[in-house]
Amino acid sequence: MSMATIEGQAAPPPAEVQSFTVTLLIRRFDPEKDTEPYWQDFDVEMYPTDRVLDALHKIKWEQDGSLTFRRSCAHGICGSDAMRINGRNRLACKTLIKDLDITKPIYVEAIKGLPLEKDLIVDMEPFFESYRQIQPFLIASSKPEKERIQTVAQRERFDDTTKCILCAACTSSCPVFWTDGQYFGPAAIVNAHRFIFDSRDEGSQVRLDILNDKEGVWRCRTTFNCSEACPRGIQVTKAIQEVKQAILRGGNA
Amino acid sequence: MTTEPVEWPRTARAATRNRGINWEKWGWVYMRVSGVALVVLIFGHLFVNLVAGEGVNAIDFAFVAGKWADPFYIVWDTLLLWLALIHGANGMRTLVNDYVYRPKVRKWTLRALFASTAVLLLLGTLVIYTFDPCIGDPQSSGLQELCAGR
Repeated sequence: MSMATIEGQAAPPPAEVQSFTVTLLIRRFDPEKDTEPYWQDFDVEMYPTDRVLDALHKIKWEQDGSLTFRRSCAHGICGSDAMRINGRNRLACKTLIKDLDITKPIYVEAIKGLPLEKDLIVDMEPFFESYRQIQPFLIASSKPEKERIQTVAQRERFDDTTKCILCAACTSSCPVFWTDGQYFGPAAIVNAHRFIFDSRDEGSQVRLDILNDKEGVWRCRTTFNCSEACPRGIQVTKAIQEVKQAILRGGNA
Repeated sequence: MTTEPVEWPRTARAATRNRGINWEKWGWVYMRVSGVALVVLIFGHLFVNLVAGEGVNAIDFAFVAGKWADPFYIVWDTLLLWLALIHGANGMRTLVNDYVYRPKVRKWTLRALFASTAVLLLLGTLVIYTFDPCIGDPQSSGLQELCAGR
């Protein structure tokens, strides 16, 4: 598409977009220097359309190069930059400055429940370990000539849980996961749900057996923190409840 | 680049620790089932004791003796005792698992919880089934007529 301009007529000057100063309080931790994490404040000039990730970039590029955080795509798909912003787990790349209360400082810290490595980076290994345990891949014995046929309704059944980007926002918002590191956590159960309710998959019983464990779905206390935290809008708690129901019904999901 | 076909399953899954009863699952089911039953039992109990008839003024030794003369209330109170106490103890177990981090302290807290629950259950059941309305002084409890023949 091309911009429509009228010959001989000057385009009106773009309205001045107001920028403002935002204070960010970031929980810093350098394992080589610090014994305890501490809060450090930064003032950055931001536009309302900027995101928290832009603020972090500005700090890292212009003020303090030692600030450490993960980000890859910066567009809410890779799931690298989940962090706790103003006490809620969100993706820094999907949180607009204008949606936060800028009259107060914006608190940014690493997600909880996983070992803190540096500044906003945590060790994601325990998270991925429980993800691996639920066998997040298609288990099917048949080898069709072309594709595996599925109706629209069958696809719809697990559509919600296919949206997961493994950012750990849900798992690290779960109070059960905070205290019980053995618990699979919401994200692993969501990804099990994605295959348990997939009509093409034959391993649902295997996954239900894994989740019917002491540290499986029964640990869930339906606090809905995970559903609230999910940047993809997945109904996480509902998915966990559906897995519980499937186990109680004998796993004919 | 070649892609080698990988036969399924590539590696056998580690055996699930599935031995005996799945306590975590049945505990979860128990909390829901007993919860529903307890809504009826507790509000029924409160209504009979506090609202029906003379209301709260009716409660004394004779009132309890009168209730337990009826097998219906013996069953009712037994169900109330067992369902509520185990429901509560299981909830406490969850709290202990959540907040007691040190394994040794946790183990002993859970044992103390289990022991106190067992003692309370036995004691309560004993009282319900061995209750004697003529214990003590029938004069003061107002059960002279009932106990006169004893």
